[in-house]
Amino acid sequence: MLIRVKQKSDVASHEITPQSVYLNRRAMIAGTGLIAGSALLAAPRAHAALQKGPGVNTPLANVKEGYRKLGEKDAITPYDAASSYNNFYEFGTGKDDPAANSGKFKPLPWSVKVDGLCNNGGTFALEDFIKPHQLEERIYRLRCVEAWSMVIPWIGVSLADVVKRSDPQGSAKYLQFETVVRPEEMSGQRSKFILPWPYVEGLRMDEAMNPLAILVTGMYGEAVPNQNGAPLRLMAPWKYGFKNIKSIVRISFVEKQPENTWKVTNPGEYGFYANVNPKVDHPRWTQASERRIGDFLRRDTLMFNGYEEEVASLYAGMDLKRNY
Amino acid sequence: MTDAITAAPKAPIDWSTIVRRLLKPVVFTISCLPVLWLGWLALNNGLGANPIEKLIRYNGDWALRFLLIGLAVTPIRLVTGWTEIARVRRMLGLFAFFYVCLHLSAYVGLDRFFDWRAIWADILKRVYITVGMGAFLTLIPLAITSTAGMVKRMGAKNWRRMHRVIYFTTIAAIIHYIMMLKAGYQEPALYGAILAVLLAIRAVKKWP
Repeated sequence: MLIRVKQKSDVASHEITPQSVYLNRRAMIAGTGLIAGSALLAAPRAHAALQKGPGVNTPLANVKEGYRKLGEKDAITPYDAASSYNNFYEFGTGKDDPAANSGKFKPLPWSVKVDGLCNNGGTFALEDFIKPHQLEERIYRLRCVEAWSMVIPWIGVSLADVVKRSDPQGSAKYLQFETVVRPEEMSGQRSKFILPWPYVEGLRMDEAMNPLAILVTGMYGEAVPNQNGAPLRLMAPWKYGFKNIKSIVRISFVEKQPENTWKVTNPGEYGFYANVNPKVDHPRWTQASERRIGDFLRRDTLMFNGYEEEVASLYAGMDLKRNY
Repeated sequence: MTDAITAAPKAPIDWSTIVRRLLKPVVFTISCLPVLWLGWLALNNGLGANPIEKLIRYNGDWALRFLLIGLAVTPIRLVTGWTEIARVRRMLGLFAFFYVCLHLSAYVGLDRFFDWRAIWADILKRVYITVGMGAFLTLIPLAITSTAGMVKRMGAKNWRRMHRVIYFTTIAAIIHYIMMLKAGYQEPALYGAILAVLLAIRAVKKWP
């Protein structure tokens, strides 16, 4: 049973779009004559039961219901939208590119290397890497730094459990992740002008240990599609999408803060933390509001993407304007 | 055209008349294709998961392309000596303005939903929007003075001088595009290269 606890981060009733506007949203959009009949606008309501898969990828078994605290306006994004509108520059910079160009990518067999400052590292086949842990379905909001968002039912394992199993040494302060490099299968990686490859991301150890952080192997009841980061990706829902590195082949325990790709590429615009924060704008656009995919009107962005209660203590006393 | 065809058995086909009569309607029809394709996509769920973003980007792309196509007319005339082509220059410029208007209205009316305060804040704070809005503003007087009567009233020399603003508009549009991107600058780089070539042809041909 789902017990909803009122939180500070919840949307106040006066901020909610009037029902008449909401009910007429399709007429409003159709009235422009340009978006008439967009099927993606018909989103189902969020519900507690495990999501049934769309039948595109391998269904995942032995999945437990996990975290699914959602707001009233958090309807699950249709699978078609979540699997067709992606940022995954390894397959090209356009939103349609990952779905169009990832057909050749082979997510299996897959192995993950765990190394650095830990006592239980090694190279693991993906099945062996996941097997010791409980698969859970977690329904999270996903907020992109480009000010659009979705609600996605992920399937994955607790990152904290993976960290504990790796037995980190005391000197390990950060976790560093690396995406696979396969230019022959990933067309974007053939260009040197997009980003420096491999894509690198990182989390502070206490962030990695936060119960919300998961390593994802599936979504919508099935194995995660190539364009969404198959077969293994990160999901820390209080951070902007780009932190949530895809197609992970290496997890390293390190002492120094990892040099994450976007920060290296454009340090004036992207930092290490990348926490969703409506009060700290991206230099080129506002982060105060966002468009939920499928909605017409923008909505206010929530502090830490609405996960303030769970994660705010990680950043107590930190200047979030400087540590963006 | 019917004249040309009925006259055909006697005299050789008068190609220059056919080209002269067809040039404008053909260019007009081709220039409408991007917006017709957009309409077809809209009616067939083809705009993807974020249709508003798609509308903004698509019309912005075509606005910039038409600016460049319009700027290509004189270099083509200078290189090929085909003077007839100059007759479509105004139409191409007005199509650029048309796609810019679609681009801007999608931002104002759909993305921002007429939230003038947010739009004003964008213009002040977001340099790529400042630049883009500036580029748009320079197009308004050019569109207004595009009629033959206006050319006459202003005098050809003044009119030409004023319409040279289009170079700055196009450069600003390319900068606007580059500043909007996060990575992957191949497309604006290509547009910039095309603009450089077009300007170089003018420079070489006009100041020998």
